[in-house]
Amino acid sequence: MKPIKMEEVQQKLESFVNKDVYVHLETTNGAYARHFDKKAYNVGAYIRNAKVQFSRAKIVGEGEFHRVGLKMDIGWIYAEGLTHWNVDDEGRLIMAGHDDVGRLMVAIQIGEKPFGQ
Amino acid sequence: MEFNKHKHVVIIYPHPDDESFGASGTITYFREAGVPVTYLCGTLGEMGRNMGSPLFANRETLPEIRKQELLEVAKVLDIEVKMLGYRDKTLEFEDKDKVAEHLKSLLEEIAPSLVITHYPGYAVHPDHNALGAAAVEAVKRMDSDKRPELWAQAISNDRIEVLGKPDIVIDADPIFDKKVQAIKTHRSQAEAMIKRMEQASESSGENEFRKRMRYEGFYIWSFDD
Repeated sequence: MKPIKMEEVQQKLESFVNKDVYVHLETTNGAYARHFDKKAYNVGAYIRNAKVQFSRAKIVGEGEFHRVGLKMDIGWIYAEGLTHWNVDDEGRLIMAGHDDVGRLMVAIQIGEKPFGQ
Repeated sequence: MEFNKHKHVVIIYPHPDDESFGASGTITYFREAGVPVTYLCGTLGEMGRNMGSPLFANRETLPEIRKQELLEVAKVLDIEVKMLGYRDKTLEFEDKDKVAEHLKSLLEEIAPSLVITHYPGYAVHPDHNALGAAAVEAVKRMDSDKRPELWAQAISNDRIEVLGKPDIVIDADPIFDKKVQAIKTHRSQAEAMIKRMEQASESSGENEFRKRMRYEGFYIWSFDD
């Protein structure tokens, strides 16, 4: 994973427009948040291999933090806090946001092939 | 503690690294006493959020990285590992009955004298609680004359208040280097945690890592039948 370069990510995002693609979308603060801090809450959600099509895809951001929006016919897919990206051997776009010690806080991944179960 | 009174120990936890953080001291003492130890590891920790510090993993590469770390730690601790093939964070949604039967069939084959698992309801992570509950159920379903002893590990903050003091407390201090080596073998998972502990130690003046990792406590489960 490398720090996000917006132009390169934008180019990759556009390669998926108007195609059937599989999306992994996730956010988490871990299962121990409340265990270590009584004022914290355990919050997380993920959807793996949602099969979608989008007509617009854009990355925006300031500094190291980025947002991605995917516009679908009947709704949107959105992720905030992205810091790193990568393209895997299957040509899938992997993006994630990490905290200062490398813990994943948010992820959005897009591929023409589904992700492993 | 007479470790050599046992003939085979089976550890049942859901994630690669639970065995090192939670029981690698205990495992080391059993191995030193010549007792075989088998780790039934529920998942590959596919949904872990630690990606190394500095970062070297991502959501898609993490399962294979953690699998390799687990195989490496098996060598460090000199134990056998069996991966059960469930998926991280989903154990509580599986059919408990089926998971219990799965575990029971493995336990009947291995025939351990002791099973170590998480204390259901007092183990913080939903996977810990779910697999612990299935393990307790599996052991309960075994014939009472073949049933191994069961030690349950609680880690919730309220554990002592609710459950009382653990029946067995293993002090890992004499073999602490081994425990650290085991934990560090799970490089993707340990680096961030160790960094945080170092920061905590700087502000408290104590070795926070040793303080938190030194004792491994277990409750002996009683089966009423």
